[in-house]
Amino acid sequence: METTQAVKTEADIRPRSLLLDAVREKVRPCIQCGTCTASCPNTFAMDLTPRYMWRLVLMGQEEAVFESKTFILCSACYSCTLRCPRGLPLTEAIGDLKQIAARQDIPKHRGSTRFYKSFMESVRRHGRVDEMEFMSIYFMRMKNPMLPLRFSGLGMRLMKKGKISAGIPGFGKGGGPLEPIFKKVEEMEAGK
Amino acid sequence: MKYLYYPGCSLEGTAEEYDISVRAVLESLGAELVELKDWSCCGASAAEAVSSLLSLSLPAVNLAIAETMDGSKDLLVPCSACYLNLKKVEEKTRADPDLRNLLNRILEEKSLRLKGMIRVRHLLDVMARDIGPEPIRQGLKRSLHGFSVAPYYGCQCLRPYAVFDDPEVPRSMAPLIEATGAAVYPWPMGGKCCGASNMNTKTEVAVQLVAEILKAGRNADVIVTVCPMCQMNLEGYQKLVSKAGGRDLSKPVLYLPQLIGLALGLPENMLGLHMNLSPTGEFLLRLKSTPARAVA
Repeated sequence: METTQAVKTEADIRPRSLLLDAVREKVRPCIQCGTCTASCPNTFAMDLTPRYMWRLVLMGQEEAVFESKTFILCSACYSCTLRCPRGLPLTEAIGDLKQIAARQDIPKHRGSTRFYKSFMESVRRHGRVDEMEFMSIYFMRMKNPMLPLRFSGLGMRLMKKGKISAGIPGFGKGGGPLEPIFKKVEEMEAGK
Repeated sequence: MKYLYYPGCSLEGTAEEYDISVRAVLESLGAELVELKDWSCCGASAAEAVSSLLSLSLPAVNLAIAETMDGSKDLLVPCSACYLNLKKVEEKTRADPDLRNLLNRILEEKSLRLKGMIRVRHLLDVMARDIGPEPIRQGLKRSLHGFSVAPYYGCQCLRPYAVFDDPEVPRSMAPLIEATGAAVYPWPMGGKCCGASNMNTKTEVAVQLVAEILKAGRNADVIVTVCPMCQMNLEGYQKLVSKAGGRDLSKPVLYLPQLIGLALGLPENMLGLHMNLSPTGEFLLRLKSTPARAVA
């Protein structure tokens, strides 16, 4: 299958510590009160509390931040953002951390980052997401033959309801309606 | 009442019944929808995890298209993730002209221009504040008297932008549910998270969140949602969730307009009721065997 090859942007090759600096700027006024931890619905599954993770970000401990699964477990419920007494854009800053993990293709976070990348790949091809195609790309990127099995039950039920179409999805050959937007964004991110 | 309409990708696929029922119910309540011409994906929850600039550009494309259309400056969005993405760009570009200029450099590629004229409205915002409970009460064909309905709001229509409801203790659905004759099920889970895309990537974590929600809703007759992702998470994995929760947690889950449409007496196929994944059969049977009452 032909894949849309993204151009390498500045962010792909920049050292991770510099990338983390931008995130650190966003959370610099953090007073370590822990309201984010108390508000997060996913803390029970995290290895670091959100408050502790932000402390590590502030201290520039990038290895520990990206070794932890805390940021990748964020489900973007915006409870911490809503309640943060310093008014910090915490959910957005977590999005930035996810971007760094995606750009650097950090192995332990691939299950999530490749999910998001596969979604955007389908959008780039068609302008809208084709759910069947998106999942097929994801399975291919993950190269795990067992992975599709996890989704097959739901997939069958959706198919029975006529919500997704059966068969092998037709991969559009580039040039979707959003292609100029994707290209321009890449150019600007590469600093052109 | 006229609105521009952005269905979003889910409503063309796994949430088709949401699209069908939104159109049918709004028409029956006297609101006109004009679908956005050549709309494209808003970036969902994926763009933000890939590129910030892309996550702002994709909604901007759709807002700019909306500005070229006649009839209304209000863009109605039923999906909470689409709503937040579009709302974010509306809010950010209003506060930051430099950002708008930057996005316009990107939009130029599609000969589009963002001026900042569009107001992004969630379906629930329009139903609660523009339409309100009165037209539902007046159009009531089948009272839901005797039923207990649990309103599930989810996250992104409430937070971070508190536009039409209390983001901590949401209640905008209550008058609409009461207008159908049903009782609002009291529970603290309305604004809690369903796990969103963690259901796909960190299934065991999201299943716990859904188990808590379905446990709290076990005495309700039906749960209603206003977001395709919430709907999918609450109804699509009930077997798995029951296993994790240690008991049968299956429960009918409907989109809010499906419930309102039933009360308005709209035929089931106009509400896509055959497409839900949760067990709705018993609920619908009970509803049909209840004598129709025009007055709640």
